Amino acid sequence: MLSFNLLVLACLSYALFLFAVAFWAEKRAERGQLGWLRSPVIYTLSLSIYCTAWTFYGAVGYAARSGIEFATIYMGPTMVMIGWWWILRKLVRIGRTQRITSVADLISSRYGKSTTLGVLVTVLAVVGTTPYIALQLQSVALSFAVFGVANPGGLVEPDLNHTALWVAAGLVLFTILFGTRNLDANERHHGVVTAIALEAVVKFLGLVGVGIFVVWGIGDGVGDMLARIDASPVSKVNIDGTRFITLTILSGAAFLTLPRMFQVLVVENAEERHLFTAGWAFPLYLFGMSLFVIPIAVVGLDVLPATSNPDMFVLTLPLKYDQQGLATISFLGGFSSATSMVIVAAIALSTMVSNHIVMPIWLSFRKDGATVSGDVRSVVLLSRRLSIAGVLALGYFYFRLSGGSEALAAIGMISFTGIAQVLPAMLGGIFWRGATRTGAIAGILVGFAVWAYTMFLPSFGEAAGYSADLLAHGPWGVNLLRPQALFGVIGVDPVVHAVVWSLALNTGVFLLGSLVSFPRPVERLQGAQFVNVFEHTGSTRSWAQGTAEAEDLLVMAQRIIGASEAQTLFHVEAEAQGKQGYLPDATPQFLERLERELAGSVGAATAHAMLGQIAGGIVVSVEDLMAVADETAQMLEHSSQLELQSEELARTARKLREANEKLTELSIQKDAFLSQISHELRTPMTSIRAFSEILRDGGQSNEPMDPTSLTRFSGIIHDEARRLTRLLDDLLDLSVLENGQVSLNWSRTNLHDVIERALDTTAQGLEGQDLGIERNAISEHIAIETDTDRLAQVFINLIANARKYCDADVPVLRITARRLVNDHIQIDFVDNGSGIPKHKQNMIFEKFSRLTDQAKAGGAGLGLAICREIVANLGGSISYLPGQGGAAFRIDVPRVHHKGR
Amino acid sequence: MSKRVLLIEDEPNIIEAIRFILSRDGWIVETHSDGATAVAAVGKKRPDIVILDVMLPGKSGFDILRELRCDADHANLPILMLTARGQKKDRDMAQAAGVSAFMTKPFSNSDMLDAVNALVSEQRVDLTVADAPRDE
Repeated sequence: MLSFNLLVLACLSYALFLFAVAFWAEKRAERGQLGWLRSPVIYTLSLSIYCTAWTFYGAVGYAARSGIEFATIYMGPTMVMIGWWWILRKLVRIGRTQRITSVADLISSRYGKSTTLGVLVTVLAVVGTTPYIALQLQSVALSFAVFGVANPGGLVEPDLNHTALWVAAGLVLFTILFGTRNLDANERHHGVVTAIALEAVVKFLGLVGVGIFVVWGIGDGVGDMLARIDASPVSKVNIDGTRFITLTILSGAAFLTLPRMFQVLVVENAEERHLFTAGWAFPLYLFGMSLFVIPIAVVGLDVLPATSNPDMFVLTLPLKYDQQGLATISFLGGFSSATSMVIVAAIALSTMVSNHIVMPIWLSFRKDGATVSGDVRSVVLLSRRLSIAGVLALGYFYFRLSGGSEALAAIGMISFTGIAQVLPAMLGGIFWRGATRTGAIAGILVGFAVWAYTMFLPSFGEAAGYSADLLAHGPWGVNLLRPQALFGVIGVDPVVHAVVWSLALNTGVFLLGSLVSFPRPVERLQGAQFVNVFEHTGSTRSWAQGTAEAEDLLVMAQRIIGASEAQTLFHVEAEAQGKQGYLPDATPQFLERLERELAGSVGAATAHAMLGQIAGGIVVSVEDLMAVADETAQMLEHSSQLELQSEELARTARKLREANEKLTELSIQKDAFLSQISHELRTPMTSIRAFSEILRDGGQSNEPMDPTSLTRFSGIIHDEARRLTRLLDDLLDLSVLENGQVSLNWSRTNLHDVIERALDTTAQGLEGQDLGIERNAISEHIAIETDTDRLAQVFINLIANARKYCDADVPVLRITARRLVNDHIQIDFVDNGSGIPKHKQNMIFEKFSRLTDQAKAGGAGLGLAICREIVANLGGSISYLPGQGGAAFRIDVPRVHHKGR
Repeated sequence: MSKRVLLIEDEPNIIEAIRFILSRDGWIVETHSDGATAVAAVGKKRPDIVILDVMLPGKSGFDILRELRCDADHANLPILMLTARGQKKDRDMAQAAGVSAFMTKPFSNSDMLDAVNALVSEQRVDLTVADAPRDE
């Protein structure tokens, strides 16, 4: 007999192995070397989280009790997968274009980004998934017990409750570690997906292994097995046709609506074409999983004592024949099925809870707008982590409450029916333009209530007040309301009864509600986008032009999707608009795109609300409504051509306008340049001339000048002469740099040393106030090939500027360095002053563009112009980084010098 | 009694040079470095002559000149303007605004002294001319 301790050890090392695999996949993803990790095979295998412990252990038990009926669980999804082009492809396409994060997000987004629906579906999903998670905990606990009972006195007491608690805790840890690394739900969880793909293989091997052992090890091959099946009570079970069809449809519906299935099917989908492969490969996988269910059930009933739990045949059969290796693999298979389901379900649910419940609440507490300080990302991540723990805690409590005694299949059905209540709103939403928010809310509420009354609450039995009396006579003796014979429909199987009533009433109310209510404008736009997702490529154009400041948007975006991601997004957009820097025009198209990006992190409803706080209310024009009301393919095509043209024109116009503005500015600057040069040269010369005349006259006059004045005046002449020289040096330097005639001394050095040197140099100058420096010395240790003197000159200039101009009470300059994937180095200098006003940001790198008066500046206003030229000569760029709170400069230089550039 | 000059200029070294040149000649030199409050300073100190730089922090010399000329009290106050830009455009602008004399930096010390003395005596001559008919 296999030692129980050994089993615990195997289980722990398997869990460790999963952690390692997930970690390895995350690392590869970070380096952008996913390769085969994002192949259709991995996608197909990840879909196998449909096969939970319920299918692994429960299917055999199911078959032992009800014969071939267990196959319904596999037939539903198979039908959905084979008909994938019809619904799945549409879902995946919508999910990708609208950056949908969950089922709740899909429904909420479709029905006018409704917060109410988001909350409703989230609650439904949490309530519906809880029994399912309980089921997984129960099956793992039971499987441990199977080994424990056979081997008492082991190191670990095989207490069901304790086992379930430990398993739940381990799952929380794994899910938080690998499920909440990224905020953006659309950035896929590569580690998790890879781990569950691996688990898919393990559970397949486990079940097929036991099957092969049963057919050829215990039995005498296929012929003998068929004879045994014929003789077994399993094949004598009568099949209820209605129940069979109902269950098939139910499992198909659940396949689409289960939060975890939506997560792997839509959210984690890397490419639409992976569906092609999954379309035939996944049914094949299901077929393999179901092939040996009947033989195992038949043999189990045959050879095992009548008291043994059919749900555990997969384990008890190999154990009876002392096949320890096979039993272990089978055990790990069951363990895999349970854990992979719980992990993905917890991720999916935590995304829903944080996006649809926590964020709206958080947002409503901050009416003052989304741009105020405070990190949104940490709020979201924390709420996700807490939700994961919360979801598993709920599952654990359900497990304790329901007594852990029910047959696995029964709990699974409850869960399936609950979550299937989303189906009418989902299908209606993607196929019927007339579906409205009111209809969806009413339908889901009714379906949910009926399900809870006829199926979910009865599963608690007496604990929820469902006495035998209530079941037999209805509440208060009202016969029509008997939970399992609603409206006098008697003699129907309880499951069929609940499924049919809840879904029928749900659909009916949904249709009726949609027909009698009138959709709001946003709903109409979203409806058109969802239903015609294959025809629509344009945007919904729901934002008005020019009401939002790009800088405010950047500040908000940085806090939600992260600083570097937001900066990249804004930079790319600005470039596409033909602008430089980080601030694109807040065009409706850009707002649209930004909203979708934000939606990928916090869900459609929240993203819409947050953007609304900055960009003002949503504006839907009459034209938009008309376009939605009667668009024909022709009109669409025509308008999209026009749109392309006008976009092109707008881009050119924007470029021209910016070029023109710049030219005008430059021509004014050219004039100004001459008069500036004149001024900068003449001012020191005035002092020099005046004092040299004074000294000359003093020499000629009768009374000689006193020595103090003599020293003082000649000192002034000396200083002013030096000032002149410095100015001429700067001008020459600039001219050499501008003409590209500068000779650079390339050498290898450590960036840290360069920054250190610049700080030392500026610390000596007495000019300006005390400046605190904030830096991370460790991240600065980057080997770089550059002209050390020149790079230090740039740093010195930026630090000196911060000393001179930072107007904070306690000025602090933050220096951060990082190495980019393209082998560039980015160094940011950010102070905590009031920054540079937007209209000046364009000109600060121009010559003599001093922002303040000259007495304060003390220089000629050439510093930043020289910096720009130096960095350009080093092959990089320097830019002003808006939206950082203070004045912020970003230097971007290549790490290695490429000759001949 | 010594004549008083108000020097409105922000370059410390130039201030020191002019102060030295004029005070050696018996002038009392007062200075002011901020453009924004220059007009008020003229009203308070009531100098015999103002030397005004063009590029000042806060307000340009041209604006100060215009404001002074708008005020009846200072309509006839001698104002000598100094500029380091030295373009004809600036000279024309200063003349249009009613400057008494205009000088480009760098200047020779004796020119500066002559100009200041000439402006003050010119005004005295003007007064003399105005009084003359009564005498004759």
